Amino acid sequence: MSQQVIASTATKARKLSAEEIAEIEHEMTLYPDKKAVGLEALKIVQKNQGWVSDESLFGIAEYLDIPVADLEGVATFFNLVYREPVGKNVILFCDSVSCWIMGCESIKGHIKQQLDIDYGQTSEDGDFTLIPVPCLGDCDRAPVMMVGPDMHRNLTPEKIDSIISDYKNKQD
Amino acid sequence: MVTKPLTKNIDMSRPPLDIAGYEANEGYQSLNAIAKGLSPEDVLQLVKDSGLKGRGGAGFPTGLKWSFVPSGDNSPKQKYLVVNADEMEPGTFKDRLLMEGDPHLLLEGMLIAAYTIQASKAYIFLRGEYTVSEQALKKAIKEAYKKGYLGKNILGTDFDLDIIMHTSAGRYICGEETALLNALEGKRANPRAKPPFPQVSGLWGKPTIVNNVETICNLPGILTYGVDWYHGLAKGNDHGTKLFGVSGKVKTPGCWELPLGLPIRELIENYAGGMQDGLELRGFLPGGGSTDFMLPGHLDITLDYDEIAKAGSRLATGTMIILDDKTCPVGMVGNLMKFYAHESCGFCTPCRDGLPWVDQIFRDFENGLGSEKDLQILHDHVTYLGPGRTFCALAPGATAPLGSGLKYFKEDFEKHITEKRCSYKH
Repeated sequence: MSQQVIASTATKARKLSAEEIAEIEHEMTLYPDKKAVGLEALKIVQKNQGWVSDESLFGIAEYLDIPVADLEGVATFFNLVYREPVGKNVILFCDSVSCWIMGCESIKGHIKQQLDIDYGQTSEDGDFTLIPVPCLGDCDRAPVMMVGPDMHRNLTPEKIDSIISDYKNKQD
Repeated sequence: MVTKPLTKNIDMSRPPLDIAGYEANEGYQSLNAIAKGLSPEDVLQLVKDSGLKGRGGAGFPTGLKWSFVPSGDNSPKQKYLVVNADEMEPGTFKDRLLMEGDPHLLLEGMLIAAYTIQASKAYIFLRGEYTVSEQALKKAIKEAYKKGYLGKNILGTDFDLDIIMHTSAGRYICGEETALLNALEGKRANPRAKPPFPQVSGLWGKPTIVNNVETICNLPGILTYGVDWYHGLAKGNDHGTKLFGVSGKVKTPGCWELPLGLPIRELIENYAGGMQDGLELRGFLPGGGSTDFMLPGHLDITLDYDEIAKAGSRLATGTMIILDDKTCPVGMVGNLMKFYAHESCGFCTPCRDGLPWVDQIFRDFENGLGSEKDLQILHDHVTYLGPGRTFCALAPGATAPLGSGLKYFKEDFEKHITEKRCSYKH
């Protein structure tokens, strides 16, 4: 019972899929102990499920035989591990100093207006989640953001509009 | 004569060179020298003689750092090399170029470093957002294994090396080397107490060297072309070349490999093309977000570690952030404070509680609610969060732009108080 109080409202662990287990087993060959594989396992599950649910968290902890509270401590520390469902495309929006100087605030305002979401929110159609991210290391082409694995640079309101429609079309 | 050892193979209009292309341009020659009998002690001496300083920010001599790793029969058998590829310093965009542009250079450098400290395992700690770097490095690692440059008994020697890619999941604090080690061990990335230093007790308690990507990329040149050549590259007191970047409202922002020791003016005016039309240079952070502001009066200082330190700042990552006269300096420092407050790992009290307080005061200034008392609180935090008062260097890093910003842009802070607004906004 105490586990539930610390980390979760889940009542039971989700059984990890064969694909997830295969990937986790591969990671285990690269690190000397199971604890080190915890973060890798969270990423693997997220890749397959889109996010890390309480049930998945329990499932990983059980599989790796590590305390669920420790794993939750790791999951909530790292900003690229999502403990809530996200949209089909995650926008990682850089609002660090170079992008700020180059006007990222007005770009963010435009995204907010177009998708009707602020940081931490998902658009009503479930297509986009907007999250701030530390400096993306592309400062000579600021302002920048990522959508999924892709970089988008020298952003303007017009570019934002075409990026949004491109991703929407890609899914259809 | 090679004058740009870090970027000679880089052409971003095409994919990076594969192993054959890299070798055709004098790549992996250091491995032959090792196979012919160059000892770890020889390499360590070469790196010490080269005068190479760490390119990640601290500027610590690389050879000296390596020399703290215990060697000999009584030393721990397992040692680790870790490459810090977690580039996240605000305004820093240099390691991305090296990894996307020439991944084999990093691998050759890692082979040299691992051989010197006799590490049989090396991890590349790459930030998760660098998806293009990840693909480029994975491909290069595969090629190097196939060629026998990685794995067991490399080129017939008794030297083994496995390179493992670790893609991280965010958080600026992972750039701090002991926090990085905790992250790699699957723990929350809180920094560790020092001593013991990682060189003696690092990853899983074993001797570990953590080096920045650009530092490692300096090594192949030093071994292939020699120490004298390396010393001949720079114009000033430091040795070698360095990647320098300029971002902000200049005409041609970018990243270039240049000799250390050029005047700052040459970087900003010649390479970055000077300020955009209608704008004046107000100040700049010389090496990322955690460095002190410098002013237009500092433009003739040279890009040397010691010269910039004399002017009260740090060369650090060598990537400059330019402040122009139409951008609010209070807003710029406020943006940085928000970043540091957000990225504090939360482990020690001054950083966890002090930075959000500072951040809140900057938000108040922005909204015309700042007071003289607030200004005093900001000044106090420059001391409270300074070196020696916190568990690691994150909060002291934040005090660099804060303290220098309060000093150099005093009138702007005062104006926010008297006018009860930010006058840079229309």
